[in-house]
Amino acid sequence: MPLQSLDVINQSAKTGPTPSVRQTLPVAKLIDISRCIGCKACQSACMEWNDLRDEVGVQEGFYTSPPDLSDQSWTLMRFNEVEIDGKLNWLILKDGCLHCADPGCLKACPAPGAIVQYSNGIVDFHEEQCIGCGYCTAGCPFHIPRLSKKDSKAYKCTLCSDRVGVGLEPACVKSCPTQALSFGSKEDMLFQAEHRLEDLRERGFTKAAVYDPKGVGGTHVVLVLPHGDRPEAYGLPADPQVGRVLSLWRSGLARAAGVATMFAVLVAGVLHYMRHGPLEVPPEETGKEGRP
Amino acid sequence: MSAPTKDLILRHGNASRVTHWAVAIVFTFLFLSGLALFHPFFYWLAYVFGGGALMRFIHPLAGAALVVLFYPYALSHIRDNRWLPADGKWVGHMFAYMRMEHPDVGETGKYNAGQKLMYWSMIPIIAVLAVTGLMLWQPWFAPAFSAGARRAAGLVHAACAFVMFVGIGVHVYAAIWTKGSIDAMIRGTVTRAWAKFHHPGWYREVAGKDGR
Repeated sequence: MPLQSLDVINQSAKTGPTPSVRQTLPVAKLIDISRCIGCKACQSACMEWNDLRDEVGVQEGFYTSPPDLSDQSWTLMRFNEVEIDGKLNWLILKDGCLHCADPGCLKACPAPGAIVQYSNGIVDFHEEQCIGCGYCTAGCPFHIPRLSKKDSKAYKCTLCSDRVGVGLEPACVKSCPTQALSFGSKEDMLFQAEHRLEDLRERGFTKAAVYDPKGVGGTHVVLVLPHGDRPEAYGLPADPQVGRVLSLWRSGLARAAGVATMFAVLVAGVLHYMRHGPLEVPPEETGKEGRP
Repeated sequence: MSAPTKDLILRHGNASRVTHWAVAIVFTFLFLSGLALFHPFFYWLAYVFGGGALMRFIHPLAGAALVVLFYPYALSHIRDNRWLPADGKWVGHMFAYMRMEHPDVGETGKYNAGQKLMYWSMIPIIAVLAVTGLMLWQPWFAPAFSAGARRAAGLVHAACAFVMFVGIGVHVYAAIWTKGSIDAMIRGTVTRAWAKFHHPGWYREVAGKDGR
């Protein structure tokens, strides 16, 4: 299932249809937070495979390191310290792109082909087309893409589209020692997630839930949250949406109507001139005082 | 156009004309580059301006240039654009005026009510475009604003740019339609007959100064 140009089912600022003759298997990465031990092997594997090296920072009293996602850090273990029933809990979030089925970044992007979506669900940035406007960072409901200070281009997790394209799992999944990360068809991952939920409920996590938010059409990175009633405690929005403002701003219909109206103004000018002609000083007014 | 004679009156001074065309050039660039980002139908314009990344870099700089050029220019023309009771009469007869029925619109000063409406609409619209543009200006100012604020800024910026295009479109057409006004903006002068016919109030003022 190598990803090819014929698997690009959607792209930013497209003007016509995209290839649709074949459908590859929709894939997903499943993140079961209950199994995560916070070892950061996934972070290291991401750096290693993608050959990225973030700046070495300083210890700020948290286990989260580096402090934030960046052009060099496409995935990040966030160690959210939350008190539940009087006990300190680490609600670890493996932060990074969730690969939305209805991606706000792609919708916001004005550069044709800078953001693409493959038929297997991966949303990928083509940085050579990126113009550095940062609209993707405004369009993303999860605050994921980052503009590089070096080249003003946006970067984020690719779900290892290069690996997935040749039948391998993403590097982070490969490195996970506790099977907190799994990779496969989205259908299988949801099935597996249901089993994990049963286990969790037996262990007393009665509010455990799967995070596959419908507001963005579902995601191709699915999480099992032990405290599923409180996604915000993990730093995840409870109900992420592409949103009305973005939909209106980048609406094909509204923009086409805008362009049509602007053309109409030009046409109205031409028609007015054809009907009425120029407004000139009448000859009787010019008199001996010269030409108008 | 012949050399200035007694028949010609200065309508737009040197500084005024140079600033007008500087604003016009900057606006044209802003509009065309904005259009490339607004709708992919016009993305080819990005290649006219050196590629998408360079165009995206220049666009906000040109926006800043527009603010710097436009507001002092507008301020220097504020006296002649004050809204007067007679302007309401012009607006009432606007469509008859456009149909060239030569309605009695009272004594028009240096600018007619249509021109004044253009003047007073551009002042807030350019301000809103500047503020929302600043909110979207990567990489320097946009990071200070939330994603939600930037989405709203993007929508408002596009909507105001659309209104501005329609306004400037009317402005350009009116200049093409009203013979003599483009010459006036290039060389600065109009004939006495032109001034008397289009802007009799203004003509009386300048003719008075001339002692004629």
